[in-house]
Amino acid sequence: MTDIARSSVEPVAGAPVARRGRAYLLWIVVPLAVLGLAIAWLVAADPLSGFRNGAPPVEKLTFERTILGTDGIRLLLRAGGSEPMTIAQVQVDDAYWQFTQDPPGAIARSGTVWIHLPFPWVVGEAHAIRVVTNTGATFDHEIPVAVPTPTRDSLSFVSQGLLGAFVGLLPVAIGLMFYPVLRGVGRNGMNFLLALTVGLLAFLLIDAFGDALELAGEAAAIFQGPVMVVLVAAASFLLLMAVGRRQGTPSGLALATFIALGIGLHNLGEGLAIGASFAAGAAGLGTFLVLGFTLHNITEGIGIAAPILKIRPPLWSFAGLTLLAGGPAVIGLWIGSLA
Amino acid sequence: MADIGEWLRDKISRRSLLAGGLAAAGGTAISTSGALGQSQHAGHAGAVVTEAAPASAHLAAHGAMITVGDVDNERNGFDPSAMLTDWETGTVSELPDGRTLRTFEVTAEDKEIEIAPGIMFPAWTYNGRVPGPALRATEGERLKIVFRNYGSHPHSMHFHGIHAARMDGVPGAGLIGPGEEFVYEFDAKPFGCHLYHCHALPLKRHIHKGMYGAFVIDPDPARHPEHETVARSRQLGTPENAGWQEFVMVMNAFDTNFDGENEVYAVNTVAHAYAKQPIRLERERPVRIYLVNVVEFDPINSFHLHGNFFNYFDQGTTLTPTLQTVDLITQCQAERGILEFAFKEHEPGLYMFHPHQSEFTELGWVGMFDVVEAVS
Repeated sequence: MTDIARSSVEPVAGAPVARRGRAYLLWIVVPLAVLGLAIAWLVAADPLSGFRNGAPPVEKLTFERTILGTDGIRLLLRAGGSEPMTIAQVQVDDAYWQFTQDPPGAIARSGTVWIHLPFPWVVGEAHAIRVVTNTGATFDHEIPVAVPTPTRDSLSFVSQGLLGAFVGLLPVAIGLMFYPVLRGVGRNGMNFLLALTVGLLAFLLIDAFGDALELAGEAAAIFQGPVMVVLVAAASFLLLMAVGRRQGTPSGLALATFIALGIGLHNLGEGLAIGASFAAGAAGLGTFLVLGFTLHNITEGIGIAAPILKIRPPLWSFAGLTLLAGGPAVIGLWIGSLA
Repeated sequence: MADIGEWLRDKISRRSLLAGGLAAAGGTAISTSGALGQSQHAGHAGAVVTEAAPASAHLAAHGAMITVGDVDNERNGFDPSAMLTDWETGTVSELPDGRTLRTFEVTAEDKEIEIAPGIMFPAWTYNGRVPGPALRATEGERLKIVFRNYGSHPHSMHFHGIHAARMDGVPGAGLIGPGEEFVYEFDAKPFGCHLYHCHALPLKRHIHKGMYGAFVIDPDPARHPEHETVARSRQLGTPENAGWQEFVMVMNAFDTNFDGENEVYAVNTVAHAYAKQPIRLERERPVRIYLVNVVEFDPINSFHLHGNFFNYFDQGTTLTPTLQTVDLITQCQAERGILEFAFKEHEPGLYMFHPHQSEFTELGWVGMFDVVEAVS
């Protein structure tokens, strides 16, 4: 009954809505159809053939991973450019060297292949790889200091875990241990400490952004590295904001938790950086790098402690905050060292 | 030099060796931490033993340091092994005054060639090959070279020899545009091992793109009574000359990415051609090599022979050696000469030859002589 009643009543108001809906749909379909037709014409009629001037195709090759092992050198290469690429020969230190390619044949656009060179590389010395494609174009990759690439064994797993704890967990715990003292510090003292923390974090933001853009520049063009960095940074910021502000401006333990989460993400990145630098053979920097990370992370503990000075949270929450802020460093180190 | 059956056998066993050798090198040699080069060598030798040993031994000597795959000679239209003995003698006729007129026909063509397995190079060629045809004449003949430019750029033939300024092949004297024709005419002198190359500008590009070739003038024995036998042995077609094993080698290189440095070095264009397919020598017969260096960008090139010494005739313009008993000579660009040596006293086996610029060797310019007992 109600259906009938509605249908008898509503056509007056509903018909224009439906018509407008169809018109809306039409005005979505028409431009898209024009675009589709334009693409089809471009592909089928090939009006650009007149611009083809016999120039060789644009070629790009990115070296994504280098693994130095007991059986020689392995390289993960990603192709870019206008057409599939073919690797013709590989030089190591200006000498043509036998190699195997897996999978063999031409590399599709944005596809990857592994190149294996049974090359007797020398520990601690530099090597230069040069890939020559079928058009004669060359792509160079430098191995500044050759050291064996770490493998996934349990010993290094444990020691990396310990290192991660030293860089991430220990300093946050130390920072939080200032909690009783901080409760006694006056307003000016607290402002000073927080200013110090904010300053450090601002420095890190700029520093990390620079590093991220530099690394992104080395990635294959298809990933649009620098844009990706900005987008990911903006997305994480918005996500954290959205989560944090869902129930109004957080305060107290909630605020401390969000700060710990943010610091945890940051420490994940630090763990990745340390792990990757070990994997890349920059372990010589190790001690000072680790000490530097450890020292500056102490201020993070202070930052986490600040919002909960006025309340007395249970003891387990301190352990939880430490794990949340410092734990990701361990995970980051594991992942980074395997990259 | 080798019949087709032998060639096929050689090729097949080489393929299987590449796989076996790679596995051996990868699996055993490098994993041992000690003398890596040595053990790798041993690993290869081990792989060779299980294969057809004589056909594969020449590859073992290079270890894993070699280009992967083979060049398609058919697509290139020239075979580096055949090129060694492929002399262009032109057509001969008699002039009214009784002298011999020798006519060569040469065309300039753009052509993409494979200079190392899988690496294509957009070359400028004489007669579709790099190096161009090895022209050979006898001292005192009248030479006529009909040159047609079918290429996309102006080209010329500039001969290292004695000729009039009009015939020099420089701009204004025999340098012709695409579609044009020019006839170079001069007397064949002095006798020796010479070369020709394009003298269009910019010179660097026209030379390194492939426009060069050997130009050999044999001495006329009648004009050298004091060294008649020697002169006769140098003159193509005489019984004395037939006793020699003669080869023409043009040392060249290619800058595939046009950055002013060569990526591939070779003799007669194809990297590792004579490493993968050694040059067969009969032990009893003496060897004569007409060696020309045209490498661009590098100031010097050289030739070093393993296990033997040779006599050297600088530019080939003398009938007595200019250097005696040496195992290494150096040549700057356009420098050339004749090497004479014998393996008569040697045991049969593989004797390497390469420049003693290790870089050139490792980038493709290395080969082997396979010295065998006389083939009955």
